[in-house]
Amino acid sequence: MAKVEKVKTPKPQELSQIDFKPPTTDWMDTPTVIKPGNFCWGGKEKDLLTLGLPNPRQWSPADEDWKLPEGWESTILEGMAERLAKYRSFKIFMDICVRCGACADKCHFYIATGDPKNMPVLRAELIRSVYKKYFTTSGKFLGKLAGARELNEDVLKEWWSYFFQCTECRRCSVFCPYGIDQAEVTIIGRELLNLVGLNIDWISGPAANCYMKGNHLGLEPHAITGNIETMCDDIEDITGIRVNPTFNRKGAEILFITPSGDLLGEPGIQTCMGYLMLFHELGLDYTWSTYASEGGNFGFFTSNDMAKRLNYKIYAEAKRLGVKWILGGECGHMWRVLSQYMDTWHGPADFLEVPKSPITGTVFENASSTKMIHISEFTADLIKHKKLNLDPSRNDHLKVTYHDSCNPSRGMGLLDEPREVIKAVCNNFYEMPESTIREKTFCCGSGSGLNASENMEQRMRGGFPRANAVKYVKEKHGVNMLANICAVDRAALPALMDYWNPGVGVTGVTELVANALVMKGEKERTTNLRFEDLPGKGGDE
Amino acid sequence: MDKSLKGLLKEKKATILSRWFGAIMESYPIDITGFFQKQEDMFANPVGHAFKLGLESIFEALIEEKDLSEGLPLLDDIIKVRAVQDFTPAKALSFIFILKKMVREELEKEIRQDQISDELLSFESKIDDLALFAFNIYVKCREQINQLKVDELKRMTFTLLKKANLMYEIPMEEVKPSDQETSI
Ligand code: SF4
Ligand code: SF4
Repeated sequence: MAKVEKVKTPKPQELSQIDFKPPTTDWMDTPTVIKPGNFCWGGKEKDLLTLGLPNPRQWSPADEDWKLPEGWESTILEGMAERLAKYRSFKIFMDICVRCGACADKCHFYIATGDPKNMPVLRAELIRSVYKKYFTTSGKFLGKLAGARELNEDVLKEWWSYFFQCTECRRCSVFCPYGIDQAEVTIIGRELLNLVGLNIDWISGPAANCYMKGNHLGLEPHAITGNIETMCDDIEDITGIRVNPTFNRKGAEILFITPSGDLLGEPGIQTCMGYLMLFHELGLDYTWSTYASEGGNFGFFTSNDMAKRLNYKIYAEAKRLGVKWILGGECGHMWRVLSQYMDTWHGPADFLEVPKSPITGTVFENASSTKMIHISEFTADLIKHKKLNLDPSRNDHLKVTYHDSCNPSRGMGLLDEPREVIKAVCNNFYEMPESTIREKTFCCGSGSGLNASENMEQRMRGGFPRANAVKYVKEKHGVNMLANICAVDRAALPALMDYWNPGVGVTGVTELVANALVMKGEKERTTNLRFEDLPGKGGDE
Repeated sequence: MDKSLKGLLKEKKATILSRWFGAIMESYPIDITGFFQKQEDMFANPVGHAFKLGLESIFEALIEEKDLSEGLPLLDDIIKVRAVQDFTPAKALSFIFILKKMVREELEKEIRQDQISDELLSFESKIDDLALFAFNIYVKCREQINQLKVDELKRMTFTLLKKANLMYEIPMEEVKPSDQETSI
């Protein structure tokens, strides 16, 4: 909170000059409409039962009756009281906003809709107004005059609608002079909603899978090994080299964990093939786990407790296998959890060693506490020490731009490593405009569990500012590939590109690496990992 | 198009465009702070930007009597935005018809003096053609929204389909957008 002193509360006459100040009246009276295309289906009874979450039942957000439990109002208010006492950040964020408006026009959902309730400041106000009514003296006595309102069913539905229209991307917080982080307010808002059984299916389904099977997709051990074997077959077809990964191997030096999205869908699997090829080429002493088979954590979009519970297996598995440290794949929210929460929940991981690259000898002091590093850090270090034989010309048919995924960029400051990697493996790299990348990156519009299909319109809207910046480099430089380091991006951005920028593909950074990687003893490659002809090498060129 | 109407429209282009833009913005009553109109930066306000650029190109195409079948990329951009903004189809495309009103109001004097009525009728029927053309684009956008869901599912289950040897029954071209007509 170091910056607080520098900021003066604006005077009333100054406030009136701010262009994007939130509306001072009326928003409370504007009813929330729950319309198809704009919301995700509600969490299913069976998944809530699996997870032991309150109020399991079949319900639909499209119905009038959401089947709330008896006494839900006091459940919510007690939940608020508990969290106000427990999380200082929540209490501070409720108290200190001066409505300066700096965050108002920074949210991608607001930018695409013009809906004031999508202004970060107003999104917080949805809950702050209730806080004022029940937890502050002025609100208790002055009511609406002090911006306070009663909690009722309409308010609850409004919370549900707008807290599941926030991707917890934190772009707004970059612009707030007080550092108010609307993502944290949304996180608490969703926790409260979960107390009365209001989750969405796209979150509670994967979370339940993860709880039962170890990963969001519900892949059982034989499916995981089977899928990876299939990838090894493809790698052999392309390179002539047989890659032999190990699973659940005790005594390996490194445990590798990646989001399960990399094990099934396109283009995640090509990223995964990239990991396999890179590790094989390095002769890395590493193992996969079919138990800790998910780096991501949809519990994080449900509640702190759920996130903590699902995260537990990572250190537990590292301990069981007796590895020295953990390497993690390309993912977004996974890294927010790993770098900002895991240590508090389950650390310190004293039984592990500070990650040290066996190839370069680099010790990753930045992970001295968590003992887990990101593949981009690992690869950038290899490249810096010239440990990889690379032929970037194999990516010459690509004109690449890089999307900073919200969590690695704003959540853990991973900005330069992926860029260094891309520049080493591609000859054509173009940045999007400065106001749309790095800390100020625009969200894909589908983060924090909102990458369902029933809310496709909402996703296309939320991703429009991102797509618009891609369009700019597409028109200016002929960009045809959008690189990223996030599994949700790899799942969600192809649809976004198909809609706004047809012809622009989506790739994980490690896929680009593997295409450029000249492996020892490989046959002459004629295709890339997607079985598309390489420039100048294929028959169809 | 007769020179006189064309000349007049060119002369009044700036006013007509700005009034047209303003009128369209009224279809966003929710935007009570006027964000779409005020924010000039194209990356901070892509919606407003798409309109500002698009309206001008549409207007020019109408004046120059361009063949619409050659496509109007900037019209596509506007309609893509409207198609995901929670409008009914009629409301989504109403912005085109507003142009008639704007032109009639701006050329009120000339119309009264009956100098341009024939040309005006033909100009207005161009606007009608444009509306039909826009409707096709709109329908394609809506169809594409559904197609995106199907494609996403295919991508998500790629490995399974491939393993079951089903992938070859689903040609990969289908996974790519068949968006050519709307994006030339
Ligand atoms: S965290 Fe992101 S999605 Fe949520 S209000 Fe802030 S900018 Fe919008
Ligand atoms: S959240 Fe921060 S930036 Fe936004 S209105 Fe409040 S003080 Fe200003």
